[in-house]
Amino acid sequence: MKIHEKIIETILFICAAIATLSVLLITVFIFKEGLPVLKSYGVFNFIFGKTWSPTNEQFGALPMIMGSISVTLGALVIGVPMGIACAIFLAEIAPKSVVKIFKPAVELLAGIPSVVYGFFGLAVVVPIIRTNILPIIQKFNPDANTSGYSILGGAIILAVMILPTIVNISENAIKAVPFEYKQGSLALGASHFETITKVIIPAAKSGIITSIVLGMGRAVGETMAVILITGNMPKVPGSVLDSVATLTGTIAMEMGYAGPMHQRALFATGIILFVFIMMLNIIASTTLKRVGRG
Amino acid sequence: MHVVGKLSVKKPIFNRPKKKTNIKEKIAYICIYAVALITMLALISIIGYVLLNGIQHINLEFFTQEPRSMGRKGGIFSIIVGTIYLTIVSIAIATPIGIGAAIYLTEYAKENKLIKIIRFGTETLAGIPSIIFGLFGFVFFVIFLGFRWSILSGGLTLAIMILPTLIRTTEESIKTVPNSLREGSLALGATKWQTIVKVVLPSSIPGILTGLILGIGRAIGETAAIMLTAGSSLGIPESIMDPTRTMSVHVYLLASEGLSKEKTFATASVLIIFVLIINLSANMVANKYIKKLI
Amino acid sequence: MVNNTKIKVRNLNLFYGEHQALIDVNMDIMKNKVTALIGPSGCGKSTFLRTLNRMNDLIDGVKIKGDVLLDDVDIYGNESDLINLRKNVGMVFQKPNPFPKTIYENVAYGPKIHGIKKKSELDEIVEKSLKGAALWDEVKDRLDKPALGLSGGQQQRLCIARCLAVEPDVILMDEPTSALDPISTVKVENLLDELKAKYTIVIVTHNMQQAGRVSDYTSFFLNGKIIETDLTENIFSNPRDKRTEDYITGRFS
Repeated sequence: MKIHEKIIETILFICAAIATLSVLLITVFIFKEGLPVLKSYGVFNFIFGKTWSPTNEQFGALPMIMGSISVTLGALVIGVPMGIACAIFLAEIAPKSVVKIFKPAVELLAGIPSVVYGFFGLAVVVPIIRTNILPIIQKFNPDANTSGYSILGGAIILAVMILPTIVNISENAIKAVPFEYKQGSLALGASHFETITKVIIPAAKSGIITSIVLGMGRAVGETMAVILITGNMPKVPGSVLDSVATLTGTIAMEMGYAGPMHQRALFATGIILFVFIMMLNIIASTTLKRVGRG
Repeated sequence: MHVVGKLSVKKPIFNRPKKKTNIKEKIAYICIYAVALITMLALISIIGYVLLNGIQHINLEFFTQEPRSMGRKGGIFSIIVGTIYLTIVSIAIATPIGIGAAIYLTEYAKENKLIKIIRFGTETLAGIPSIIFGLFGFVFFVIFLGFRWSILSGGLTLAIMILPTLIRTTEESIKTVPNSLREGSLALGATKWQTIVKVVLPSSIPGILTGLILGIGRAIGETAAIMLTAGSSLGIPESIMDPTRTMSVHVYLLASEGLSKEKTFATASVLIIFVLIINLSANMVANKYIKKLI
Repeated sequence: MVNNTKIKVRNLNLFYGEHQALIDVNMDIMKNKVTALIGPSGCGKSTFLRTLNRMNDLIDGVKIKGDVLLDDVDIYGNESDLINLRKNVGMVFQKPNPFPKTIYENVAYGPKIHGIKKKSELDEIVEKSLKGAALWDEVKDRLDKPALGLSGGQQQRLCIARCLAVEPDVILMDEPTSALDPISTVKVENLLDELKAKYTIVIVTHNMQQAGRVSDYTSFFLNGKIIETDLTENIFSNPRDKRTEDYITGRFS
């Protein structure tokens, strides 16, 4: 009887360990494939090289790194204020009946496959940028030009895609602020809005920062939406209307036809992405833990 | 309301420019409402746009015919078969592991260093972007283990991806099972494992179900990882070792290669309808569960 | 005769949905006196206290009928401004609830909200308020330290200082010492005696000895009604109502 229970416990432990083992395996295999290129080509040359031309064995990943960073920053600029506003709306302002509709809507936003976002961006946002937004910008800067496949388009769609992450985590953080703080502030004659901005948001700060970091991770890691919208031009961008290739997009596009050396270079690109995401995850989990303690 | 003079010298505390503040606050509130409205509109326009353009092209033949000339003509029969096949394989692999892991983490684990590492690993796995999973699945399952581009490779990769969600939802529902139930069973002489199987698991079925439904949603919506592990073959898969193409991969290939707008909209619509059904059923299960608890 | 009534309550009825929590409450609260509200749990005394600065507005489904007049102005009337009301009627809660900010920022919060920006002015208010709450000597060297690092008793006096900083006329206290140790309780009670020279104080307490020690007037609540209101010494030595007598002599449960 005792042995029987012990065996079960061991099997369950193995189940629990599989997720962590997977992380290890993923790390080992990505590094094993990608490191040789980083070594032979030089980490510095790889990260700061400006030319990505696999056919000539030139693997400068800077254009993709800049592409990923610019699209992500754009998404944050649009998505963070929107997300925090929605979180405040849900947690503090909206009546219950509205919350009942709004919350599932945000969940649904998280459930829509990224390829559908990408297709929507391709079919709607890209043409709008080309035909509606470009003329406005040309009034100020006559030299501006764009095909519509751009950082701006990618940023708009990504902003919507990271909304659920930011809204959910920020909303939880705001709701976790003790009611006593709110009560104390209102009793001093502060308005509801002053209470939100001066007491509730500062108290929920760490949770809100975590939500932004995780949203950033989502934006950096997103592939299918970006691939269809940003134009995949491996050039360091000069304006938000330029086409860019991202780390994720390049891997997904080129993996299918890459030769052995090219493949390894794509794995090296994967390493950069992987390390960046890991750093974001660690930052997010440490800020969250601080909230737990605070 | 008039203010009574007091012993202390009256400071001009209460002479704040009230009107100005109120206008500022009103503007802020209007902005928050506007953002909430924009978020809802974004959701409605994405779903509405795809469905409105797609539904007219969906008919019985679309479901029953195989795609012809790279998907320009015909239906998506083989693609639906492939999607379902792949989803079932990934769920079949992930479910026992996920439930086992959740049981171990809630019922057996003592809070030591190893468990902390396991929890951190599971958290990390959830944050890894799908393109990295794709790279890993490609180098590990497709090449290293020699499974080639196949439903098995894709299913295993997807299984790892949905594991964190499954573990989390199952864990949460196991935690809500009151201790008195466990003690009641143990007091009757049942072993720990018997208690878990007969008492704990039945009470946490709704949580497990929610996790499963969300996992199915992730499996159906995933694109990047599947493209690199299961391929994009248009034929009907005959065995688990055959390559296949899922709906989201189909949408991507149709959209990126501009093969047929009609078929892209139609396939994306089917995808969205699937996602709507999944979200609805996840909500229903969750609501039922909450009612049961009250 | 000089009108010494600060707050007049007339025919006040309060409902939580179907449940009626206050029934026909009538009361006069005297200026510069301490009025204690006593009664068993759930008798409506805290609910009543919260009607005086409209904190019940925060709770969904609360309906209020009747009049509450502060200096003869109806606080539930249309012309009355909620923010002005709460500025003039401060509140100290059962559990100390300082904000997760520094000691200084906690006290300066109210004045800042109400439009004071000058540092020197704020400094002055913070010092005066902390002195008023008998906390200055204990914290003057660590004003920039987090308020949550103070002891429970200090936190509660900080909350009183925070309340004084907006210069209210009336201070409402909802069992302010129930979460404190005996020594801190004595400090807060002594403070009440000093404060009533400037402020009108209404205090809800579970502790009848406390009501006897600190208050000038006492109201006894039972099942949402006021059974009697009188000078504290009369209530405790010579209650008119049998139920009051039962309660204060402990024959009541």
